[in-house]
Amino acid sequence: MSILEIRQLTKNFGGIAAVVDVDMVVEKGDLVGLIGPNGAGKTTLFNLITGVYAPTSGEIVFTPYNKAILLSGKKPWWITRQGFARTFQNIRLFKELSVLDNVRIAMHKDIKYGVFSSILRLPAYYKEEDRVFTKALELLDIVGLKEKQAELAKNLPYGQQRRLEIARALATDPTVLFLDEPAAGMNPQETADLTRLIGELRQRFGLTIILIEHDMSLVMNLCERIYVLDYGRLIAKGSPDEIKNNQKVIEAYLGEEV
Amino acid sequence: MKRWLTLPTLCWCVFAIGLYGLLQLLIEIGVISVVWQITLANIGINVILAVSLNLILGISGQFSLGHAAFMGIGAYAGGIVLKMLPGYTGMLLGALAGLLISALAALVIAVPTLRLRGDYLAIATLGFGEIIRIIINNMKITNGAAGLSNIPAVANLTVIYFTIVLTLIIVCNFKNSAPGRACISIKEDEIASEAMGIPTTRYKVIAFVLGAMLASLAGVLYASSFYVIKPTYFAFAQSINILVIVVFGGMGSMTGSVVAALVLGVINYLLQSLPNERMIVYAVAIILIMVFRPKGLMGNFELSFARLKSLQDIKALPALWKDKILAVLARLKNKRQKEDA
Ligand SMILES: Nc1ncnc2c1ncn2[C@@H]1O[C@H](COP(=O)(O)OP(=O)(O)OP(=O)(O)O)[C@@H](O)[C@H]1O
Ligand SMILES: [Mg+2]
Repeated sequence: MSILEIRQLTKNFGGIAAVVDVDMVVEKGDLVGLIGPNGAGKTTLFNLITGVYAPTSGEIVFTPYNKAILLSGKKPWWITRQGFARTFQNIRLFKELSVLDNVRIAMHKDIKYGVFSSILRLPAYYKEEDRVFTKALELLDIVGLKEKQAELAKNLPYGQQRRLEIARALATDPTVLFLDEPAAGMNPQETADLTRLIGELRQRFGLTIILIEHDMSLVMNLCERIYVLDYGRLIAKGSPDEIKNNQKVIEAYLGEEV
Repeated sequence: MKRWLTLPTLCWCVFAIGLYGLLQLLIEIGVISVVWQITLANIGINVILAVSLNLILGISGQFSLGHAAFMGIGAYAGGIVLKMLPGYTGMLLGALAGLLISALAALVIAVPTLRLRGDYLAIATLGFGEIIRIIINNMKITNGAAGLSNIPAVANLTVIYFTIVLTLIIVCNFKNSAPGRACISIKEDEIASEAMGIPTTRYKVIAFVLGAMLASLAGVLYASSFYVIKPTYFAFAQSINILVIVVFGGMGSMTGSVVAALVLGVINYLLQSLPNERMIVYAVAIILIMVFRPKGLMGNFELSFARLKSLQDIKALPALWKDKILAVLARLKNKRQKEDA
């Protein structure tokens, strides 16, 4: 059964149609690639799915178990709590905070104490803080940043910032993970490591992953199914081999008829 | 086992009680004169105001320009109840009334404006400050523009001191917890914070309401320390005074707010005989801070004993010092031998 279904999704920014009539069906456990030239509307599609923008029209339906949940028009934090997590193309870490705090903040939804317990330092506070601390370190260990826990996020090198964003997204305990150009700015070695990491995370947490990427080696190695956007419209979908040989895709990337 | 009973907590207890003892001693032996006691009371009240505004501004990143209005609510609630019921009971009841009214008022402004991203709160609180002033100006029970006078002076330095301690405990405990971290993440990046599942509106409202309530406590202390209150005391100018302390000390640093309230309070007092020059010196001090320490006196530094993990750390200090001294001596000896050779 499909876990995410997007129906006739459209978003206009004034006169610009950034996303037009996009239909998408993602199965549980899929690793889907989303590609397309610059300005094709990929990030906008992520922003629509994660609630940063409300769609002009169309529906987004999430079915983690048997019950379908309508996501379009909901607040981002609420959508995250249903099981969606994301990273940002232009890295949006909490820069002035420590690596550890970045992850702990994202664990907010399953913290079982409130303002009173924190002010009065009730036992629940200590119990939960211990649990959160341990789990945050585990996640940092997985992405290889455990030793950097006390470092400020802004002081990490670029590649590690991207990894921290992934750890932070995982901390929300997602079912579906959205990665917006996770390899941007990485060297080939870092990209290869990242490709391996994404595969591992998918296994370990049983994730469904949707990723935007310009690095074709990563996309073609990792993704089983690929969607191609151009000028906001879906122009192709299929396996890596099908996409590589798709006439429309080649035209879109070259800009002219071949 | 009591988890809060840690070495840092003990250090803080010793520090707080020690400082209080020192203060009392200095007053007993006459080092701190009556005039200085009044100045200290004022500074203490400013500490509470600055820390409470810092919770809103420095932790959750929301801009409030009407903080004095909440102080005013507390001051009038305290003043009115105290005049009917002099004594500690009256002060406590007044404080309760102030807390309740300021919390309600804060909710009414916060819920609609904090849903939005951006500085709508600044505009709303600016208007709110004026509204409160006008309401107080026109009510019978508040005695209009003439204000209340002859309020029983129940608060003293001890009461103020321990209210500061209480405020600091509340705000610092909040800051170092999941709700506090959620607020800080909103200040850092609201879009990312929301994407991490944090209901941002809720936490902005919580910080704002908590800050407003603590400010009203400061108001109660003010009314019961200084006999007289007038609507003009709690107008825009006072909100700016509080804001200046927070920015001067460093947004987000409670240590900064305490130090800044002290420094600015003392500068203010020393220059009292020169009312014209005072404003200039005050302004220059603020400009200097902004030029040389744009993040405020303390930046986001926080005084902390957290690095002391166990008594061993304290016991180890003399040995550490001894090693250092020996190392220095050894270096000197080496040098002399070389020179001899
Ligand atoms: N908030 C906005 N307001 C107005 N226009 C926008 C906004 N966000 C995106 N757009 C426009 O929508 C179109 C799609 O942008 P989008 O960022 O989704 O592209 P993209 O496929 O992610 O490109 P890239 O590969 O460069 O990241 C662009 O023309 C962009 O200028
Ligand atoms: Mg993009």
